[in-house]
Amino acid sequence: MTDATGEEPLVRVRGVKKSYRSGGGRLEVLRGVDFDLEPGGFVAIIGQSGSGKSTLLHLMGLLDAPDAGEVWLAGRRVDDLPGSQRDRLRNTAIGMVFQAYHLLPELTALENVLAPLYVRHSLREWLTAGGAARARARGLLERFGLGGRLHHKPRQLSGGEMQRVAIARALVAGPQLLLADEPTGNLDEESGAGILEALSELNRRDGLSIVLVTHDTAIARRADRIVRLAAGRVEAV
Amino acid sequence: MYKLLLCWRYLRTRWIALASVISVTLGVATMIVVNAVMAGFSNEMQTRIHGILSDIVFESHSLSGFQDPTWHMEEIRRAAGDSIAGMTPTVAVPAMLSFQVRGQWVTRQVMFIGIDEASHARASDFGRYLQHPENRRQLSFALREGGYDTVDSQSDAPGPTRPALEGAGWPYRRMRVERERLWRERQEQERAAGPVRSVDQQVDAVLAATEPAEDAAADRQDPFKAARPDEGRTMDPAQEQFTGVVPGIGLASFRDSTGVDRFLFLPGDDVKITFPTAGTPPKAVSDTFTVVDFYESKMSEYDSNFVFVPIAALERMRGMIDPQTGIPSVNSIQIKLEDGVDLEAVRDRLRKVFPADLYAISTWRDKQGPLLSAVDMEMAVLNILLFLIIAVAGFGILAIFFMIVVEKTRDIGILKSLGASSAGVAGIFLGYGLFLGTVGAGAGLALGLTITWNINRIRTAVEWFTGERVFDPSIYYFFKIPTIVHPTTVAWIIAGAVAIAVAASVLPALRAARLHPVEALRHD
Repeated sequence: MTDATGEEPLVRVRGVKKSYRSGGGRLEVLRGVDFDLEPGGFVAIIGQSGSGKSTLLHLMGLLDAPDAGEVWLAGRRVDDLPGSQRDRLRNTAIGMVFQAYHLLPELTALENVLAPLYVRHSLREWLTAGGAARARARGLLERFGLGGRLHHKPRQLSGGEMQRVAIARALVAGPQLLLADEPTGNLDEESGAGILEALSELNRRDGLSIVLVTHDTAIARRADRIVRLAAGRVEAV
Repeated sequence: MYKLLLCWRYLRTRWIALASVISVTLGVATMIVVNAVMAGFSNEMQTRIHGILSDIVFESHSLSGFQDPTWHMEEIRRAAGDSIAGMTPTVAVPAMLSFQVRGQWVTRQVMFIGIDEASHARASDFGRYLQHPENRRQLSFALREGGYDTVDSQSDAPGPTRPALEGAGWPYRRMRVERERLWRERQEQERAAGPVRSVDQQVDAVLAATEPAEDAAADRQDPFKAARPDEGRTMDPAQEQFTGVVPGIGLASFRDSTGVDRFLFLPGDDVKITFPTAGTPPKAVSDTFTVVDFYESKMSEYDSNFVFVPIAALERMRGMIDPQTGIPSVNSIQIKLEDGVDLEAVRDRLRKVFPADLYAISTWRDKQGPLLSAVDMEMAVLNILLFLIIAVAGFGILAIFFMIVVEKTRDIGILKSLGASSAGVAGIFLGYGLFLGTVGAGAGLALGLTITWNINRIRTAVEWFTGERVFDPSIYYFFKIPTIVHPTTVAWIIAGAVAIAVAASVLPALRAARLHPVEALRHD
């Protein structure tokens, strides 16, 4: 499946619907969304609270399944895959960054970055792959200016540092797609700007495809393309 | 990999989980200690039961017994073949034992058992339980010239516990006879120095002094007197003894709270025993016997009930010897088998040969079946009750794990967003349960074995600290608490504890596995 330019989109969403149980009835969050992301693209999804942007991100990140419609990733339909294959794709092809950082409090910054690789490898595999993985994680943290914070627990880091650790964790497995859900929502302006700069650089320099969810138009302008969601539908592209 | 890492981190950081570890530890330790002590007691009891009963007991239903034990033993050997290591005939009858304590007669109901001096020790552990070292080597019903143990030969406790036995035997007997003679003389002197006798009494005394002796008259009338030179002769108790008997030590003594045995009679004392003859209807006959040793199997049922006597003497006194043929009768034959021989198989072979309406043939286990079954049941019930301690610990783990799953809901969402499978998330909590169970059971194993191996020191310390006797030797007849650690039992306890810990973590693990990642990530 290719687009008009002949290039196959990395992410293709077609007619996706999603509703949740709410009180006695159902709340329709997405009412038939179509969305494409070309390889190396940087798209911002904006919309008011409750417009369905985070839900769309979760569907693309395979954290949830649509009620109707299709989700394609790198030319392969993924919404109807069995759980184990979805788990594998989440681990290998998709990186996610959240507003609340979502670091594991028991692990150090370095271990948090290594977490996707811990999930991927068994103990025996780790004995051979662990050294390279550590080097890669350390390199990512140094790239984001956290070389001196490798062994700090999340509670010992600032918000900006925690979000940079989260970005490093999202990148450590070498994903094709980075999904960022309000990554600057909990940060001060300066820290937020640093995070956005880091994301832009990853897109520009490394060609990483990024979907950024935000309600802030100014932040969305950092992206190549903006998609506006309203009442569960794409309102403008 | 992440499962191991997180299990380890949770174990190190969730101190509340250690509460359930302590429960598992205490439960496992308690079970190990109780099982070791129960096994120790059970083993002691079985050893002692087996020690007195030999492997197979061949008995007559009748109190009069069966005739010709030699023929019976030959038939038994023919039926059982090479599996027999030794046999000995015995005669057992209910009897009354009477002895004097400070001038008062004390009577006890006993089992009066005639045994063969030469062969009985070979068919059972009887010899091991005697108090004189020479008797332990070879039983004799002759009174010994001292040398009885003043310490319990079956105990390694230091210090004398039976000081009264120091002079027992002939020295004690001579001293007692001398003391009685002096006492009689003093009584006579007191009587002589008493009030003036009446005329009638003085006349009687003169008549008695001038009358010819009855014995002399009897001698003139009895033409067979010359053939029985000893008849009518007064025995000198300082030089001679009656037929020897070996009573159970429980009949002769009691143990005070300091662990010292106090004796009501000693080797060298004479006792009276009344028992039935073999005829129909049985008649009660009584005779005097001299105590020559004590029997101590540490089974109070035996030690307070049995009195052993030479079988030939008992057969003669009960009239169990055929006056024409001289062939004796016996009640039972004790059979000892070679090591490793199947008791039940030999018993069944003998049962086929000897009719059941005349003979009762049973193994030592059959004889004590109800007691051994009761002990086994007691152990089983105790184990079930104690295992409930670990089950309670399991519920503790369940509750704590549910709490941890709720607390870690967002972490579970994070792991799922990173690609962790539901099975993997469940594995974290199952592994955590396995860790807790293993750590708890391991600590319990160490604690339990330490307590078991030092239980007597701990007992001493507790007694010193509280001033109360925890293990009273006057009740148990053991100086120390016996323990046996069966590795299989310990392995089952450990496996059970670990299984309960893992089982308790199944529900929380399933709950964690079923968490929806998006909902988990939104959890506050």
